[in-house]
Amino acid sequence: MPLYHDDDQAMLADTARGFIAEEGNIAKQLRHWRDRDCKDGFGHGLWKQMAEMGFTGMLVEEADGGLGMGHVEAGIVLEEIGRNLTPSPFLTSSVLAATALNYGSDDVKGRYLPGLIAGDSVFAVAIDETAKHRPSRITTRAERSGNGFKLTGSKSFVVYGGSAGMIVVAARTSGSDEDADGITLFAVPKDASGMSHDAVRLVDSSMATHTRFDAVELDGDAVIGEIDGGRAVLDAMLLAGRVGAAAEGAGVARGAMDMTVDYLKQRKQFGKLIGEFQALQHRASHLYSEVEIARAATIKAQQLLDAGAPSADLMISVAKAKVAKTARLAVQEGVQMHGGIGMTDEYDIGLYMKRDRALAEFLGDAYFHANRVATLSGY
Amino acid sequence: MADLETFRSETRAWLEANCPPEMREPVRDESDIYWGGRRATFKNGAQKAWLEACINKGYTVPSWPKAYGGAGLSPAEAKVLREEMGRINARPPLSSFGIWMLGPALLHFGTEGQKQRFLNEIARGEIRWCQGYSEPGSGSDLVSLQTYGEDKDDHWIVNGQKVWTSYADQADWIFCLVRTDKADKYSGITFMLFDMASEGVSTKPILLISGNSPFCETFFDNVEVPKSYGEDCPAYVGQINRGWDVAKYLLGHEREMISGADGGDRTSGIGAAMKRHAGKLGDELDPVLRAELAMFDVDALAYSAMGEKFLDEIKVGKAHPAQPNMMKYAGTELNKRRHELMMAAGGSRSLEWESEETEGGKPSRSWLRTKANSIEGGTSEVMLNVIAKRILDLPGA
Repeated sequence: MPLYHDDDQAMLADTARGFIAEEGNIAKQLRHWRDRDCKDGFGHGLWKQMAEMGFTGMLVEEADGGLGMGHVEAGIVLEEIGRNLTPSPFLTSSVLAATALNYGSDDVKGRYLPGLIAGDSVFAVAIDETAKHRPSRITTRAERSGNGFKLTGSKSFVVYGGSAGMIVVAARTSGSDEDADGITLFAVPKDASGMSHDAVRLVDSSMATHTRFDAVELDGDAVIGEIDGGRAVLDAMLLAGRVGAAAEGAGVARGAMDMTVDYLKQRKQFGKLIGEFQALQHRASHLYSEVEIARAATIKAQQLLDAGAPSADLMISVAKAKVAKTARLAVQEGVQMHGGIGMTDEYDIGLYMKRDRALAEFLGDAYFHANRVATLSGY
Repeated sequence: MADLETFRSETRAWLEANCPPEMREPVRDESDIYWGGRRATFKNGAQKAWLEACINKGYTVPSWPKAYGGAGLSPAEAKVLREEMGRINARPPLSSFGIWMLGPALLHFGTEGQKQRFLNEIARGEIRWCQGYSEPGSGSDLVSLQTYGEDKDDHWIVNGQKVWTSYADQADWIFCLVRTDKADKYSGITFMLFDMASEGVSTKPILLISGNSPFCETFFDNVEVPKSYGEDCPAYVGQINRGWDVAKYLLGHEREMISGADGGDRTSGIGAAMKRHAGKLGDELDPVLRAELAMFDVDALAYSAMGEKFLDEIKVGKAHPAQPNMMKYAGTELNKRRHELMMAAGGSRSLEWESEETEGGKPSRSWLRTKANSIEGGTSEVMLNVIAKRILDLPGA
């Protein structure tokens, strides 16, 4: 399969680019909600519009009411979300949670997918338990209790945990903290008795929660997939979420780069456009090169995942790490080349820097994934 | 697709029958590479048999038309052949600047007569070509070149000096940029073809920091170059005074080649191999070196995806015309980093300059050789200039 978008994908990219630039731009969404101190962290109106366009159910099978598309397509939407810094639960709800629910029984799918696809219910995911991404260690426990389970523990960095209606929780139903087996995934209503959410605003204005489970009682039908066999579901969620985060990060990198290159063509100092200075030209050209390579790694990872190739795992970590390094370069060069105004809240370039910081941390940063590349490669 | 699979199984069978086992072993030194030409000798019978089999099949230049010595393979078929040769580690039967550089220029700009003569000679490995571009005063600023061809109606008298002429001391013919109009910088250069045995041509190898001498200085002292080698076979490619067009086309080609976009060793990760290497020496990777190798492998594997994307996009005309400059920049910088890390992983063993264990100092000599990657064919700095101007459209670039 060639490493560029086919005709249908190119058409989708045109549609997504136009729509998100128009409705999801920084002024209309990120700044609008931030400046109103919106506790949800995103606009429900836009989310509804994205549902009407079919975006919310892209990764859900047609038989279950979705579009049955792949990660290349989801990545197209995510890259535009990244480029516009659009606050949106697309990655958590439509990529991570949808991937989990695809593993559910017909009953689970029937209960949750229609609301997810319609944009009526937003899903968050609760995986991390410490400040760094470390999904190999799951200590939150779900003990059997009657026909159901009793959930105890805590999760952090639950993005949109305060505004979602449902949370997909990875918990341990057997074994010890570091065991690969013994994990089960649950669909937990946010307002279930015994749950508490400590909402925190993050550096990029997004909202997340520290969520505590204090003997939260769950019915047996809250289980997604197999009891004790949730590692496969969790791994699938992580692959989908990481490649999605890479695509969104590639969009952040491109957005920051485009804004900076434009600025080099406008700002004058010493009587000429600063883009005439070779010192800045070379740095911009280097950045362009890195952004192109990061995007190539991302589409390669998307295609491998869509094809079900075993090598997708390695390439996804390559893409996530490469994008994290590249977006970091893009936002740092962006602020520096904007000079003093790059430090002001009024200019958008600083918002890219903040978003990159949060997005790179999500589901593993460049160090986590480079380490993973080494481990998967056998060293 | 079914046709391609048929082609694959036929190719596999052909390779099985025709590629001698010796030709499936890694290239150990320069004598394992067959460059062709009047003075070429075969290292062994296997090298000769493999070359002859490929010539008969058109596989020294598989994508060239059959009329010019190729096999007329489509891009998809050529890819299958590359994959199948890669699968059995088959060596290239013939390496030459004629195949990589002059051939593509002639296919694009040449007359029918030139193609018939020169391409067939190249495909059969009869003539070894070298490239005369850089001059002592014209490196990055190539277009300022001074080697001058004085017009004498049916011939030129060429005087001047070239430098960094790859294997000029072993080449039979040269494709050479010569100024034929001093008044016009860009439209005053002719892309000439002439015999290195001509009177007045002399060469002097340049000893490099790697201890090898792949490049020469080449001197032209009143060399007489005829304007034509017969009917429909001029001694220049394209038009007189329009050689810069050909040179630019070829530079794009050369940058693509040096970039390593077509895969191979240059685009894969090295961490696992370095761990094994260290293990053989009774060492283990330092954790900080392991971390640097991991970061390198991320970049290398991402770049290999870029190479694949770039080639896919070129096939359908989607690639930005200046994209080879980006590939050359990123690929060569990466290769330098690769060899720095390989030297570090090898420790003092890598420092050995002549030992048997290092096959004559291969690690250190290769490491030093890579430093030229970001200089030859346009420096990294020139690549960045070109990206700034042609892709980013920055002012005054």
